[in-house]
Amino acid sequence: MKRELPLLMTAVIGLFMILSFFVPHHLVGVPADFLQQCAVIVVAFGYVLGGANALRVNLEGIARRQPDWPYKLVLVISLVVTVVIGMLDGRRWQEPGTASMFLYNQMYSPMQGTMFSLLAFFIASAAFRAFRIRTVEAGLLAAAALIVMLGRVPVGDALTSWLPESIRMSAFQEWIMNVPQNAAKRAILMGAAMGVMATGLRVILGIERSYLGGGD
Amino acid sequence: MTIHRRLLRAPCALLLCAALSCGGGAVSAQPGESAPPAPAPPSGLVYADVPNDAGNAVALSWRKSPDDSLGLGRVTGYVLERGSSPVGPWETVDSLAAATTEFVDQGVDRNTPYFYRVAAYGPGGLTLALANAGPAIGRESWFNSTRASVLTFVVVFFLLVLYFMSLAQTGRKPFMRRLAGIDAIEEAIGRATEMGRPVLYVPGIQDIDEMQTVAALVILESVARLTAKYETPIRVPVAYPIPFTIAQEMVKSGYLNAGRPEAYDPDSVSFVSPEQFAYVAKLSGIMLRDRPAAHIFMGSFFAESLLLAETGYSTGAIQVAGTANVHQLPFFVVACDYTLIGEELYAASAYLSGEPRLVSGLKAADMLKVLLILLILTGCVLETMGITGLTQWMETQ
Repeated sequence: MKRELPLLMTAVIGLFMILSFFVPHHLVGVPADFLQQCAVIVVAFGYVLGGANALRVNLEGIARRQPDWPYKLVLVISLVVTVVIGMLDGRRWQEPGTASMFLYNQMYSPMQGTMFSLLAFFIASAAFRAFRIRTVEAGLLAAAALIVMLGRVPVGDALTSWLPESIRMSAFQEWIMNVPQNAAKRAILMGAAMGVMATGLRVILGIERSYLGGGD
Repeated sequence: MTIHRRLLRAPCALLLCAALSCGGGAVSAQPGESAPPAPAPPSGLVYADVPNDAGNAVALSWRKSPDDSLGLGRVTGYVLERGSSPVGPWETVDSLAAATTEFVDQGVDRNTPYFYRVAAYGPGGLTLALANAGPAIGRESWFNSTRASVLTFVVVFFLLVLYFMSLAQTGRKPFMRRLAGIDAIEEAIGRATEMGRPVLYVPGIQDIDEMQTVAALVILESVARLTAKYETPIRVPVAYPIPFTIAQEMVKSGYLNAGRPEAYDPDSVSFVSPEQFAYVAKLSGIMLRDRPAAHIFMGSFFAESLLLAETGYSTGAIQVAGTANVHQLPFFVVACDYTLIGEELYAASAYLSGEPRLVSGLKAADMLKVLLILLILTGCVLETMGITGLTQWMETQ
């Protein structure tokens, strides 16, 4: 029963949600909206579980003096302070001048920006490896990348200004992006869409049931 | 025909709107100048039920005021009002810019009659159209006919899956090509075992409503089974709470199926944060401090894909990635040893389990793809010949 009931619920609700995509009538649409709202409530409970897990794992790490316990201490203190300040601010927490907004603007945003800015360096190091021409395919990739990069800045057209407009660098990069790049991208997207349908169907029909866990 | 112009009584919102536009308009009358006349009214207001919906919308169109010409400046805009009877009371639906001649009112109750009227306003004042339109009733539909093509494909897909499943049950195992990326997962876990280091499994950065996350969690069960078999620790940091609880079940299930339930460590799966870069910070910390020998990235990724994969590359770990987010694929291809592209991510669980009923779903998807390719080619030929029926049938709303 522990396995049959969730499988039955998944099948019935899954097929009902598929039906709601095709039937706009309120007898289908209203229950479908209700089910989606239920999902929001379940997610809210999930956050309680997630928060409890984060606290338990990190507090245990601190208690056992694991090698990285000071980081865990910072995390636990930050978590508790943020939650307490958010509760003290109440519904006003998004208003300017509140302690929550101070934390957001002065700590959270700069830290997030710092992490994101690392991407610039990582793109450079990854591009260095990607554009090493060791095979014919790598050569094609490097040539296409060069054309696209040059074609998107004024110097690309300046270098090819002596050519007819239709075969200048900008026109060429546009063709690469609109034709071969788009064709490959759409092929991947269509294949992925089929995969989404197949996976969804496997779960709804109960063929894929490993998410229920191993217990009976 | 005489054109009647009447400045009618209007609700406060409507008058306020007109007053504001008089004050701010480009042609507002100056002291000593004669006030411009009120604009001629719009006419021909017609209504129609919006088809294929839940009865919550009515489409309206009208002919613009004869004074609504570019450069004249006598019409600033139109105000559309709605009432429950031909004599009101009226409520403002929306204020629309000059030259607008149609609007869809998406705020009506189904199966309820409404009456509409439209007014033109400008620096000279406000003029209502002579006639109201109504009763307009939003009727709900039982079937959205614009999605008939999608329903056809879904039904065909269901039938194909059932057909291939019945074939699989007769003992005919469907052929499946080798997927190097998935074969590499076992190789990566084997290497981690030799080095005595853990395996890091990252199930993407989106919630359970994203199908890539579902696929990643399904693959996790097979990966956990392998780590249990090789007695190698696995670490699964998860970004959202619902995938976190499912990931716990998946890892537990993997250890149980490998015959080593006692080796399951509840702390192997941890909740981190749905915040993108907080999640990246945690994972970078794991990679640099714990030095897992294998990193497996499966699921939906965004800007963090390269941050994770490059950090992982710098640690020398063997890396296998899989995503259907096309914009992140190039980053994984560059920084990882193996990459599952698009649909290969969804095929991975069937491939790893080898279960014929799961593989039958892949065969059905392949057949549907062939059908789609044929439809695209047919559509190209028909469009070239000027026949647009197939394209229109395929369009969905």
